[in-house]
Amino acid sequence: MPRFPKPPEGSWTQHYPDLGTAPVSYEDSITPEFYEREREAIFKRAWLNVGRVEQLPRKGSYFTKDIDAAHASIILVRDREGRVRAFHNICRHRGNKLVWSDDPKQDTAGFCRQFTCKYHGWRYGLDGSLNFIQQEGEFFDVDKSRYGLAPVHCDVWAGFVFVNFAREPEQSLREFLGPMVTALEGYPFEKQTSRFQYSTTIRANWKLYMDAFAEFYHAPVLHASQSPEKYAKAALEAGFEAPHYQLDGPHRLVSTSGVRFWEMDSELVKPMESVTRSGLFGPWDKIDLGEMPSGVNPAGCDPWGLDSFQLFPNFVILIWSQGWYLTYHYWPTSHNTHVFEGNVYFAPATGIRDRIAQEMAAVTFKEYALQDSNTLEATQMMLETRYVDRFLLNDQEILLRHLHKVVGDWVNDHEEARK
Amino acid sequence: MSALLPEAFADLEPFAAKWCLPTEHERYTARLASTMQEMQAFYDAVVSRAEDAMSYLERLPYDGLPEDALNLLHLLYSMIQVSFPVEVWSQPRVPDSGSASFDCLSEPMP
Repeated sequence: MPRFPKPPEGSWTQHYPDLGTAPVSYEDSITPEFYEREREAIFKRAWLNVGRVEQLPRKGSYFTKDIDAAHASIILVRDREGRVRAFHNICRHRGNKLVWSDDPKQDTAGFCRQFTCKYHGWRYGLDGSLNFIQQEGEFFDVDKSRYGLAPVHCDVWAGFVFVNFAREPEQSLREFLGPMVTALEGYPFEKQTSRFQYSTTIRANWKLYMDAFAEFYHAPVLHASQSPEKYAKAALEAGFEAPHYQLDGPHRLVSTSGVRFWEMDSELVKPMESVTRSGLFGPWDKIDLGEMPSGVNPAGCDPWGLDSFQLFPNFVILIWSQGWYLTYHYWPTSHNTHVFEGNVYFAPATGIRDRIAQEMAAVTFKEYALQDSNTLEATQMMLETRYVDRFLLNDQEILLRHLHKVVGDWVNDHEEARK
Repeated sequence: MSALLPEAFADLEPFAAKWCLPTEHERYTARLASTMQEMQAFYDAVVSRAEDAMSYLERLPYDGLPEDALNLLHLLYSMIQVSFPVEVWSQPRVPDSGSASFDCLSEPMP
């Protein structure tokens, strides 16, 4: 008997009949050639989140972002009018990378009044206009108005900065995000400015890590040793079911129910959780962030644990009921490597006990993520042997089925349209 | 050598030089470079004083902690860091984490 009611069709997966229930192939995660197709069909067409407006606090604030999957390096900047803009990070003179610090292979950030090329000193305004050419008289009748920085489509939703590398995006950002995601508007992301920022390179395809955080049914097994024995044993016996799954266009959502650790017997929580009043689910003393928008906890779970919104293609917003949130980005760098970025956001602590509880939640997040990420390298290694080519997915793994289907659909549709 | 910690926490002074570290990267690196015995001794000493330490720090201005108090706070962050090897892993690294690393690029201050 399921612990939570399933849709009338009998399962979450069958509620979305296009998904089917057959075993799936992960050929899309082990083929170099497919990665090249994804770059064209997905990473150069979809809206990609590259950060938050808080990273551009004032006029002249900028950061750079290399996006290998779109063959791009871009500058995000707040211009003199306060608008967030994006440009290709390339000087119009001889093609040097315009903004970089020390190592051109690393992203950088800072504040400036204009961008000056390190090579021959060409200068560009915050709006991308070419303002100065060194020894302009040596050139041949240059119309500077035609040689500003090459713009990238850029838009902001709920404080999240998105870019799109298409010549003309097929959808506006809002249309792309759709009703399930935009229903998060009003969630106070802007109040949660205290950030722990993590990054790592993973030797596995980006979709496999998306898959790892798209189901929580692995938790009682992979993460069993994170908990006291009695709790881990009970969790394993009970198994895991999420109360709510939802798909909307290319995007996905899973909500999980909550666990009231603070009401549990001390044998069921780790000593450090009791000391810090915090743990995986976050600080035990809930932060009151005011009324939540309708998009948060859409199924009305009580107790509610979290909502994990997977925004196509590579961005996740995970909102915890305790009043904090995470973001994940999975930036592919080849068919079997990617850079994983995890950010942990809290409302700024006002006292020591809040801050200690945040430290415990952030450190706990890292311990779990380390376990997850290493498992993926083992998965990638074995998938690449190709001795087995079809894999079973259960109803708790509906989001994986959806991701791989949407990726395939985007690639096929794009290639069909170009024929 | 002058004390790193407030006088009321002189009993934790033997652990201060090693564990009063201002960044997650340094604390995690210290953890990987420690034996279980070292971490167990630190953990036992600091956990029994954690409540006192938090009460002490609470009475000071959060945004303007004097240096010895800041050291005490960093010691509590290290306590959290070593609690995972001591309470669950029985080894410094996360088991089965192989070569995986996870760099903390920035964190809130203090």
